[in-house]
Amino acid sequence: MTRLHKGALDKTPGATPVPMPRIQRETWVNWALLGLLLLAPMIANALGEVYYVNLATRIAIVTMAAVGLNLAIGYGGMISFGHAAFFGLGGYVAGISAFHAFDMTPVLSWPITMPGTDNLLVIWLVAMLSCAVLALVIGAISLRTSGVYFIMITLAFAQMIYYFAVSWPTYGGEDGLPIYLRNQFPGLDTNDPLTFFLICFAALVLALAITARLMQSRFGAALTMARLNETRLATAGIAPYPIRLVAFVISAVITGLAGALFADLNGFVGASMLSWHRSGEIMVIVILGGVGRLYGPLSGAMLFVLMETLLGGLTEYWLLFLGLILLFVVLFARGGVMGLLAGRARHE
Amino acid sequence: MTLSLLFEQLLNGLQLGTMLFLMASGLTLVFGVMGLINLAHGSFYMVGAFVTAWTAGTTGSFWVGLGAGILAAAAVGAVVELLVIRRLYHRQHLDQVLATFALILIFSEGTRWLFGSSPLWLNVPEALSGAVALPGGSRYPVFRLVIIAVGVLVAVALFLLISRTRLGMRIRAGESDREMIGALGIDIAKLYTLVFALGAALAGLAGSMIGALQSVQVGMGEPVLILAFVVIVIGGIGSIKGALIGSLLVGLVDTLGRVFLPSLFKLFMTPAEASGVGAALASMLIYVLMAIILAFKPKGLFAAND
Repeated sequence: MTRLHKGALDKTPGATPVPMPRIQRETWVNWALLGLLLLAPMIANALGEVYYVNLATRIAIVTMAAVGLNLAIGYGGMISFGHAAFFGLGGYVAGISAFHAFDMTPVLSWPITMPGTDNLLVIWLVAMLSCAVLALVIGAISLRTSGVYFIMITLAFAQMIYYFAVSWPTYGGEDGLPIYLRNQFPGLDTNDPLTFFLICFAALVLALAITARLMQSRFGAALTMARLNETRLATAGIAPYPIRLVAFVISAVITGLAGALFADLNGFVGASMLSWHRSGEIMVIVILGGVGRLYGPLSGAMLFVLMETLLGGLTEYWLLFLGLILLFVVLFARGGVMGLLAGRARHE
Repeated sequence: MTLSLLFEQLLNGLQLGTMLFLMASGLTLVFGVMGLINLAHGSFYMVGAFVTAWTAGTTGSFWVGLGAGILAAAAVGAVVELLVIRRLYHRQHLDQVLATFALILIFSEGTRWLFGSSPLWLNVPEALSGAVALPGGSRYPVFRLVIIAVGVLVAVALFLLISRTRLGMRIRAGESDREMIGALGIDIAKLYTLVFALGAALAGLAGSMIGALQSVQVGMGEPVLILAFVVIVIGGIGSIKGALIGSLLVGLVDTLGRVFLPSLFKLFMTPAEASGVGAALASMLIYVLMAIILAFKPKGLFAAND
């Protein structure tokens, strides 16, 4: 914490900024990873390897989902085991809207008539709003508790949404819902893999920028203190509960937008996007990358998707090896990939 | 709505409840004594079911299979505790969640590797395969009644174990002050392994018996695990009494909701719509119950020390 305050003081005119070598190294790693993610699909596209462009898109989207969760877990100390609910809800908004746009039927006919649309801007807005509302409800109840209760309650709420999606027959139930035509962004051709990648990449950069900006603000300082020492925050005259709730909602919105993009990438949305394995997967990515580091999710997602692709190509049982690696990381290699690449975290 | 249907569904709810209790009591004991959240508890349920089905298929005896299933679950529990879990007691909950999530992946994929993806089948033992008449005329399988009886027996035995024996005294002492019982010369490491293996054995018992009702397949432990989480959150984490009451509540509400909600909606909807809406809402019912209880009691109905 002392460093955080010193950083704030350094901004006063006249103070000579002393760069921390460790932090600088992390910044270099961050830029290198982001550059790699941007350049690799461009090269792949130039070589005509569409498969790798889509793989990079997948990494960008999964990273974004994890950036959302990282805000809750890493910065806010709220161990949500139910972020698949938001990921899936975002996906279902994209799927349902496309379904009605394709069918030319309204999404809602009462109390107002709401037609389906394939305009991504509208879909994203609706996805983010619905995730915000859902997160507000789940968060308002779950944040009354803490510790293990919080973990289990977020898990249980996500399961509730999952079972609802499975048993609700209108939108495919267990079979899921195909998106026949990828939703459109005004003025761009989203069917072009590289264009769609760039859209996802831009959304990811935006999510990273918002998280960074948020954590440098007074709100971010309050959120950090809510994690480190709740009593101290309350003593300073700031109630921890609303701070946490707002962070939880923002976190859900970011993950939900990633879900909407994911559905469009795959041309399909199903209950698997809501399952608790998905929550675990997003959490694994956050941890593999390094908890509470801005770019941790990026390195985690790269490692995860590459392992999924490479190991999954070698053996049907790749999850067994993922389990072993994860167990090893948790037991012996704390700090994740970013810990290895950029040294220990600020605070531990 | 006939009386016999109501009676039958009450028994079904009770049976689900007692099975949930076998899972939830282990989870809540491990949390109460060691402060550990264990997602891999469902894996012991699966291990119990697979070993029982495999042994019963090989030897032809359900009872040998049942014994083998319980022992295997306890042994796997003890080994996992020695190798992995004991490194996690002093870690944060996040580490515990991830490490035990990793264990789920290892167990599920390992089982798929050993036994393949197709489910195994386990038959109800000959002696218990009949049915008895219920008041109202319908018949109810004996085996399900036996499951209820086993659940009740385990609940009583656990109660006696914890309140009347030396081991139970140590468990209670471990719940309230672990440093102190260590200082009094009790081997905490051994106590922890024992409690963990006991929880695993109960989960294995549940898996073995349910294996005779459903197909034995990879991933069968997960839905039960999540229901057991709902149970202990409702009952209060760490409380055996809470686990018992929570199990019965969840078992009854879930079973009755699935049967009666669709018929309730048929009163003012078309049958097709009613069954869709009813099924969707019924599947959410226990989570709504949980949310309501937590809104009034954030630590559950019978919160233990914590």
